[in-house]
Amino acid sequence: MSQKIIEIDILRYRPELDDEPFTQVFEIPYNADMSILEALQYIKDHLDSTISFRWSCRMAICGSCGLMVNGVPKLGCKAFLRDYHPKKITLEPLANFPIERDLVVVMDDFIKKLEEIKPYIIPVKNEEGKTKCLSDGAYQQTPEQMEKYKQFSMCINCGLCYAACPQYGLDTKFTGPAALALIARYNRDSRDAGSAERMKIVSQEEGVWGCTFVGYCSVVCPKGVDPAAAIQLLKVESSKDYLIGMFKPE
Amino acid sequence: MSKRKPYTRELPNDWWMKQLFYTKYMLREGSSVFITLYSLILAWGILRLSQGEVAFNAWMQALQNPFSIFLHSIALAFALYHTITWFSLAPKAVDLWIKGKRLDDKIIVSGHYAGFVGITLFCLLVIIL
Repeated sequence: MSQKIIEIDILRYRPELDDEPFTQVFEIPYNADMSILEALQYIKDHLDSTISFRWSCRMAICGSCGLMVNGVPKLGCKAFLRDYHPKKITLEPLANFPIERDLVVVMDDFIKKLEEIKPYIIPVKNEEGKTKCLSDGAYQQTPEQMEKYKQFSMCINCGLCYAACPQYGLDTKFTGPAALALIARYNRDSRDAGSAERMKIVSQEEGVWGCTFVGYCSVVCPKGVDPAAAIQLLKVESSKDYLIGMFKPE
Repeated sequence: MSKRKPYTRELPNDWWMKQLFYTKYMLREGSSVFITLYSLILAWGILRLSQGEVAFNAWMQALQNPFSIFLHSIALAFALYHTITWFSLAPKAVDLWIKGKRLDDKIIVSGHYAGFVGITLFCLLVIIL
């Protein structure tokens, strides 16, 4: 039996040689078990060693191998040839991000936004401005309290939701799905006291109000996080803040 | 010397035509155009009502026009589409917890439909009686 073949179009861009990206076609042996990431590794090992793409864990934990598969943001390790064969596959770097080289994008803006929202627990301070001492024991939390933020904490920062967000595509000033979901993750944590600081980011023009509830971010998330829900919940919080602020200015 | 030269792709104007999900979203957003038209026609009717019976009857007459019926049918279709898609998204904006468990999505959605039917029946009764 002859080996089945699958055709893969890859959008390539070599900054030192090209003025704009172009499509290169590859034909590789088809295997039902093969992921898109493995197909890329096959191409790099056997067909064209100059092709660039990011990857690390191969099991949807690290969030490195995000790319557009037939126009849909996916993790290369979590998308399989069998779901496309015998049709051809088109691979492009993640949408809405500048292309660094081939399938590698510049994620600086995304990383900056994640840092800006203070993605860590800001503990309560006592009258002396000090946080609880280690000797006083751990911060305790019930399963119920954890349930309130748990799904938002599953984010692996892969950036697929930014590639799925037309609002971010139209204006990169928008804080975006993952960073806002991360705000919800910390604001909803019973051990955290940093809500007031983060609500400043939430309530500004580029915060939750830049979202028009397209909802595609939640569809493409490979970890089952629901950034669209996080943003709508934050809109409710932002509105409450606004209303309270009208009657009780700080 | 660095050979870095990041390439920024432009978002094409027809971005929403390339993905069914985006197209459906734009239809949901676009429904507002027809719902605005409908509201304007209705507001016009109220204005005509304030101008007396003859004026109001003329407005009612104008509504019988096939074009007007066509326009209202489209507005109705869009309003229903918006309602259905909006109700299905409603659970995302609701954060109700009962006995430590988040209220089931189905209950929130059916609650919206129940409210919708209830208010529609109430309006119908007000109009008929």
